[in-house]
Amino acid sequence: MSATVRRLEVIDTQPKLTLVSKPAVLPQIQPDMIALPLVKSQAMQNWQRRGRDFLTAVLPPLLVLIALLVIWEIATSGAKATLPSPIRIWKEASDLILNPFFVNGPQDVGLGYRVMTSLQRVAIGFSIAAFVGVLTGALIGQSVWAMRGLDPIFQVLRTVPPLAWLPISLAAFRDANPSAIFVIFITSVWPIIINTAVGIRNIPQDYRNVAQVLRLNPLEYFWRIMIPAAAPYIFTGLRIGIGLSWLAIVAAEMLTGGVGIGFFIWDAWNSSRLPDIVVALAYIGIVGFLLDKFVAFIGSIATRGAQAS
Amino acid sequence: MRDPAFLKIDHLDKSFSRGSSTTEVLTDINLTIAKGEYISIIGHSGCGKSTLLNLIAGLTTATNGAVLLENREVNSPGPERAVVFQNHSLLPWLTVYDNVGIAVNKVFGGTKSKSERHEWIMHNLELVQMVHAKDKRPSEVSGGMKQRVGIARALAMEPKVLLLDEPFGALDALTRAHLQDSVMQIHSRLGNTVVMITHDVDEAVLLADRIVMMTNGPAATIGEILEVKLDRPRKRLELVADKNYLEARGGVLEFLYARHKAPVLHAAE
Ligand SMILES: Nc1ncnc2c1ncn2[C@@H]1O[C@H](COP(=O)(O)OP(=O)(O)OP(=O)(O)O)[C@@H](O)[C@H]1O
Ligand SMILES: [Mg+2]
Repeated sequence: MSATVRRLEVIDTQPKLTLVSKPAVLPQIQPDMIALPLVKSQAMQNWQRRGRDFLTAVLPPLLVLIALLVIWEIATSGAKATLPSPIRIWKEASDLILNPFFVNGPQDVGLGYRVMTSLQRVAIGFSIAAFVGVLTGALIGQSVWAMRGLDPIFQVLRTVPPLAWLPISLAAFRDANPSAIFVIFITSVWPIIINTAVGIRNIPQDYRNVAQVLRLNPLEYFWRIMIPAAAPYIFTGLRIGIGLSWLAIVAAEMLTGGVGIGFFIWDAWNSSRLPDIVVALAYIGIVGFLLDKFVAFIGSIATRGAQAS
Repeated sequence: MRDPAFLKIDHLDKSFSRGSSTTEVLTDINLTIAKGEYISIIGHSGCGKSTLLNLIAGLTTATNGAVLLENREVNSPGPERAVVFQNHSLLPWLTVYDNVGIAVNKVFGGTKSKSERHEWIMHNLELVQMVHAKDKRPSEVSGGMKQRVGIARALAMEPKVLLLDEPFGALDALTRAHLQDSVMQIHSRLGNTVVMITHDVDEAVLLADRIVMMTNGPAATIGEILEVKLDRPRKRLELVADKNYLEARGGVLEFLYARHKAPVLHAAE
């Protein structure tokens, strides 16, 4: 532990060192010095700074990860341990970790392919949720009474966990695949509806006045005013929604079987392959993280300038 | 000034009611405005100036009485009564060009070709000297520039009446003087009918043909209408010592601060 701390300290002080040394270096540059070496050294400095930024961003989580793995290894190394240790996982499931895209038969494929299949399912369910959610939210946000009547109901429905929707959607659709997509849809649609409605309700009277003076028709008003004005709220809803729909994947794929990361976990549990489950969890976590960042990125592009006035 | 009763405000009352309580804001407003005339409305804060302007714009409806434009009753907002709002209200997600463009495309979408519309947008941006910033967003330009774009957007609709709600209220004195000059130029060139709300006595006298002075609320009405007998074009430096200018200025000051002092409550605001 003490070694870790000391290394962290070193990383922390490096940027300060450059800040202090800069003024000391600058006066040494003679006026008759030609431009080329100066540019070169600046490029070097840039490069060094970028390397340091990378280290400060990557090294701390990496060190924490290593520490966690060590603790995990110690905790699960006893004879009576119920969970697999990292070393055992590596031994038994390294093929899953190292090669995400192998195909050994219709049911035995790499986790990369499984994630793709699951992503496809989430894409369908989430797209429907985004479409329905934004439209419903826009309608509700327009009317105070719809808001008052529906908001409490949505607030209750929103807390129902994905697994609880499973029997109902199976009963309604009588088919695995649409039921799975419905579970993803119903899990993720609520925050989209609620956030869109709040965003629409918060459109400043000024923008409504501008639209009225221009006599925009309802369709133009929707596209030119409502959507851009509420975009920051809508994207907050979409971001929560994509997280939830990815959370629902295991529940949804308990039904569908076949290829998919959620079903893989269910299947591994049924055949007691615990190391495989741990690897799949890591996959789900990383993909969920990337999905969140992806929607946030799209949002930051789409809402450029929308908040400032 | 061909049509002397171009815009007519006829026995207008306006009250707001929330629940059981009703506040009367405006009572018995009567005003006839000729085509091409420049009217300033001045009065203490909260007396109902913005309410009156919104009534002319059609953004709110009168409790009694009516607003008539060319003998037709105004009952909804429209581009022939363009408004420059108290706080510019540009759409922040559109560039300066597109903020004017959304108005031009809506109003002239059926009558002008695409290249004509582009030229018209550029022409109006030129009028307020904002061409250089046409690709910037409102958050990237200064307060005075935003106000100029708001004016360009309103002018670009070719309105029959231009309604300005304290268009220069939030600006520093230098920028304000500059924009006042631009508006005077545009008014003399295009001959618009303008109704402008202001807090500023000098601004009212400098720009207007007639100054409408409002009494204090609640139940405010027009207290007095003062005609400004100054030739156009007006130059602010030459006016400083002009007899008619000082007389008009004195008249407005006397009305506002001697006869219709701001209520203590409002003065504290
Ligand atoms: N929608 C509304 N509901 C209730 N009361 C309102 C409403 N709009 C305005 N009022 C009231 O009407 C009065 C006049 O408001 P208005 O905005 O027209 O004043 P103003 O003369 O424009 O003031 P300022 O110079 O500060 O802009 C105020 O007392 C205000 O409280
Ligand atoms: Mg006002």
